[in-house]
Order: sequence, then structure tokens, then C-alpha cells
Amino acid sequence: MHDLFRRYGMGLTYTFVGLTAFWLLVLVILPDFKLLEASFRPYLPIVDVGGPKDTYSFNNYMQIFGNEVDFNSFGLHFEIPARIKVFVLTIFYSAVVTLVTFLLAYPLCFYLAKVASNRSLPTLFLLLFVPLWVSEVLRSFAWYIILTLKGPLNAFLMAIGAIEKEIRWVEGYSPVVITLVYAYVLFMVFPLYNAMQSLDNNQLEAAEDLGAPWWKIHWRIVLPHSKPGIASGAVMVFMLSAGSLLVPAIINSTTGNWFTQTIQGIMMEGQDWNAGAAFAFMLLLFCTVAVTVAMRVFRVKLSDIAK
Amino acid sequence: MSAGIDLDNICCDFGKFRAVDHVNVNIQPGEFFSFLGPSGCGKTTILRMISGFTDPTEGMIRIGGKDVKGQRPNQRPTALIFQNLALFPLMPIWENIAFGLEVRGVDKVTRRKKAEELLALVDLHDSADKMVSQLSGGQKQRVAIARALAVEPAVMLLDEPLSALDLKLRQHMRAELRAIQKRTGVTFIYITHDQGEALAMSDRVGVMSQGRLQQVSNPRDIYNNPVNGFVASFVGENNILTGDIGTRADGMASFATKLGTFRARIADGVTKGKLYVRPEFMSLQAKPGAENSVPVTLTEVAFEGNFISVHAVTEGGFDMVAELRNDGTGTVPQAGTKMHMAFDARSAAILPDSDTAGA
Repeated sequence: MHDLFRRYGMGLTYTFVGLTAFWLLVLVILPDFKLLEASFRPYLPIVDVGGPKDTYSFNNYMQIFGNEVDFNSFGLHFEIPARIKVFVLTIFYSAVVTLVTFLLAYPLCFYLAKVASNRSLPTLFLLLFVPLWVSEVLRSFAWYIILTLKGPLNAFLMAIGAIEKEIRWVEGYSPVVITLVYAYVLFMVFPLYNAMQSLDNNQLEAAEDLGAPWWKIHWRIVLPHSKPGIASGAVMVFMLSAGSLLVPAIINSTTGNWFTQTIQGIMMEGQDWNAGAAFAFMLLLFCTVAVTVAMRVFRVKLSDIAK
Repeated sequence: MSAGIDLDNICCDFGKFRAVDHVNVNIQPGEFFSFLGPSGCGKTTILRMISGFTDPTEGMIRIGGKDVKGQRPNQRPTALIFQNLALFPLMPIWENIAFGLEVRGVDKVTRRKKAEELLALVDLHDSADKMVSQLSGGQKQRVAIARALAVEPAVMLLDEPLSALDLKLRQHMRAELRAIQKRTGVTFIYITHDQGEALAMSDRVGVMSQGRLQQVSNPRDIYNNPVNGFVASFVGENNILTGDIGTRADGMASFATKLGTFRARIADGVTKGKLYVRPEFMSLQAKPGAENSVPVTLTEVAFEGNFISVHAVTEGGFDMVAELRNDGTGTVPQAGTKMHMAFDARSAAILPDSDTAGA
């Protein structure tokens, strides 16, 4: 603070700090806090708000139970409340999206950071960026077109003789997973690229000189070094995927509901902001728990991610 | 097990730039061989070609008599110590040292045991479980050596490994490296731009300039009998006089300069050159000598302890330097006095400039 005063003077410093505080407090914390408070109150007609029925309870949160449906995948079969099923599958497929983005990004980043010549880097990065200039809505629709039954993907696969009959791609969770991977892969690429880029080339050469085959170099040197980048990329992709509404809303099949769609239905169609808020906080809480557990398992510290 | 290395007419081009230019040298098994030269002279490229990270454009490299063309670094019996050491910061010391064994599928108990043996060899007991960041510069150095020795290489390649250390530690590590080399009998190929390091440690030194090997010889010859001006200047200080070669006889020649005519050693085939004589071979006399002496006025006398550095200027305004041994009698010449600087004809040499591609 003292340094800021000296460098920018009193007026500017207070303006900066004041604006930041306003943004954080009024635009981020207060609305969230209002929603959190609302999530414990019942959804009432306007006349009853503030009346004797307006009491705090966990009733909104309990709405996730009830309405039992069959769970019948991964060789498992049991009864489960419909919303919990969607919730669990959303978390699971967000993790799948995260894993797939990592598998795609790892070789790409290694190529960019350690193999590609400095001269070709700007071009390669431009090629990565260009799709971002197109809006996410259009990109999602593009995938919808690619994946439709009579779409280009099936036409191509049939033309080269890989399949005999069209495959129904837009079914279950695969279209959402494919499109989310496409939408968020760059959030994995950049932190991972940064991490790999900071690896000293001599480390790779030293490992090779000591006799290590290529996979051992990756397993023992590149992967451990990249861990903070992987962690920060994974957290971003996972959180963005689990919280994405646009992509599942555009491309989803009837058999692949995303939990954000459930929340949206309750809030917008049911007009029940209280229950919607409760569900949204459950999603946030569970994602945070999932990330924390994953960080424990992979022994990543929060300070690594912040780098 | 140590192996010799033959560099057979190797060249290495980077685009149009020729980094290494027809280098020929046979390094004996168990030899401590240094490549000495300024930065950019191609010495690191030679090292990278031996270890397999760079391919020679022309020529052949044999390790232990076998052509290693096409072998990757992980297939060659060499171990490279990098200038920045390239220790693995995320592994404890013992895993660093045992990394080469780990990739060879040696079991963990044996690895640990071997790592501890090597730590003892380099005088680093009780550091097995420390992390790299907990060690000092000199300790890291030893870990790098131990890690390279762990794979039992036939040849150790060292790329200026002491350059990051401070002077005192550097001198200590010189002796240490030499001792480890003697103990293990492994061929050491050492890259350095520090002539003191090269001369003090090596069995033989190869002096390089602009990709070409100027001279390969033992340290005494490199210093006392350099083959050209580049080698003479790179390994030490000189008084350099320009002039013309006159009559020659028995490996000596007269040399006519503006300061008078001198006599000095000359090699056969040298037709053009300058006269080089090192400051410590100069002496100061009150009277002109029979030959090779110049009247001078002393301009600066610095008492350095073990020697006295004397700067002087000739009548024509030419600077001369002499280093006189402190003989303990306490006689130190005074600046401003007029004296004669002289040298023995056998300690001076007429040398051509250097062996470059154009010459």
C-alpha cells in the first residue's frame, strides 16, 4: 500500500483500490451472498415473503432427493433420485472432459514448448487462437452439424468405408463431452505450455544421456515438472465444464442432461430462485470438494496452481 | 572400463556457419584431455557430437574403436556433465544419482546402495535424502559427477562444470576432479575457456580457435612451445613485437624490428610471424646485454607478492611488460628509472598468427 501511494499518489491509489473493492464486494460477493441466503428460504408468493412462513431450512437442498429413476450404466443397476443421477453424471463427465483435454494438450504442449522452432511458434499459436474468435455458440452449433446423423462426420466415415451404417453421435453424453473438450482445451494448453516451457532443455538431455528412453524422460522429468500446469489447467477445465450451460443447452441429447440445465429449469421455467440457488451452491461445493480431493491425491499445493 | 576416442576429420556445420572444421585427434583410454578455447570456438559442439546430441556433418567419431554414427546419446558409453549441471530438482539426491540405474531396471535396494557408495566416493556422506536445492554449489558439482559415474561410463564429458563456482572452490574442485579421474581411470574430456584449469588438470590440451584445432600437446608444451600466436596469447601473456624474419640457423632466426634486431626460436616452414616472449621470461638489467635487450623507462611497478609486475616503455613508445620473481632480497625497481629489458633467445619464439580456414 505504501509503495502504491508513493508510485501513483493518493488519488489514483484510492481509485484503484476502491474500484477493485467495489467490483469484488458489490458485484461478486454480495450477489452470491444474497443467493446463498435465499437458498435457505422457501419459495413463497410475494405476499408471504417476510411473513411467518419465511423461515430458514434445508428444504431447498433436500429437493435433490425424490423422483427415483433407474441408473443403468457402467454395468451398474440401481434406483437413484433423478437429480442426483444428473448431478453425479455431470461431475463424472466433467472429469472425463478434463482427462481428454489433458491427453490432447500434453503432446501438443510438448511439441510447442520443446520441439517447434521459435520461428514457427507465432503461427502455431495463431492457429490455436483463431477458433476462439468465433463465438462459443457458433462453435457448439458447428459440432452439432458435424455430429448429426446425416452430417459430415458420418458421411466421411462411410465414404472411407470405416462404418457401414450411420452412427448416432448425438446420444447420451458424448456430444457434450466432445464439444466441451473442443471449447475448453485451450484452458489446458496454456498453463501446461507455460509449465513445460520453463523446463530446462538440459534436464531432458541429461536424462537421455543417462540412458533414459523417451517415455521414461516424460514420466520422470517432464510430467513431474509440468504438474502445477496440469493442475491449474485441470481445475479450470473441470470447473468450466461442470458449470457450462451453453454447450449442453445447444448440443445435448435428451438422454444426456447436464446439472446446469436442471438449475436453469428450476430458476427460469419454475421461477424458483431459492431452490435453484440451493442446487447451484451444491454444485459449487461438490466441485470444490472434488478439486480438493484430486489435489490431495496428486499432491499438488494451492500455491503451485496460483503460479 | 575406459575407452579412447578418435575424432577423424570431423566437421560440423550450422547452416552456413562451420562450427567445427576438420578436427583430428586421438584421445587415449584413461586420459584427461581438455579442449581449451574462447567461447564460440566449437569446443562445446565437439562435446555434443561425442555424446550424440549433434551429428557431425563430415568425418567419423570412434569410441573404443567403434564408429558411433547413428547411436543416440542414451546408447553411447558416455556421460555428460552439463555446464549448469542439470540435476533433477524434483528428486532427492540419491534418486538423482541412481537415475541412470533406474532406467536400466536396477532394483531399488541396489540403487540406493550404489548411490550411497558414489556419495562416499565424492565425499558427500549423509546427503542421500536431501533435495538438490539444499546443497551448495560445490556439493551440487559432486552430485553431478556421482550421477555421471553411476552409469559406469567409458568416457566422461565435462562442459565447463566449474565455471559457476567461486575461485577458491574452483581450485579445490580441480584437484578433486583430477583425483576422481585417477581413482576411476575413466577417460575425461574436459571443455574449458580457463587456461589455468586446462593446464593444471590435463594430460593433454587441445587449443581451439574458430572451429580448428590449433595445437594438441601436454600442458608444458602448450605454454612454453606454442605453435602460433593464438595459442601463445590464449594460454598466457606476451610481449609481441612485429618485424621481419632474417637469417636462420639451427631453429633460431634473427628478427628485425623497429626496436632493433632480436634472435628467437623459429619452426621450419614459418615464413611470416611476430616475436612472442612471455613477461616472466624478461629480465631487467642496468647495462645492455649481448643480445635481445631493449633500453626502456619503467612506468609502473606493482609489487604483487610472489612476483613484481613491471610495465615499461621503449624509446619508440612501445609498451613492454616483465614479471620478476620476488627473490626475497627486497630489491624492487623504481618507476621512472631507465634500464634494459632483456630475454633469452631460447625463451622467445617467432610464431605465425593462427591456423584458420583462410590461412
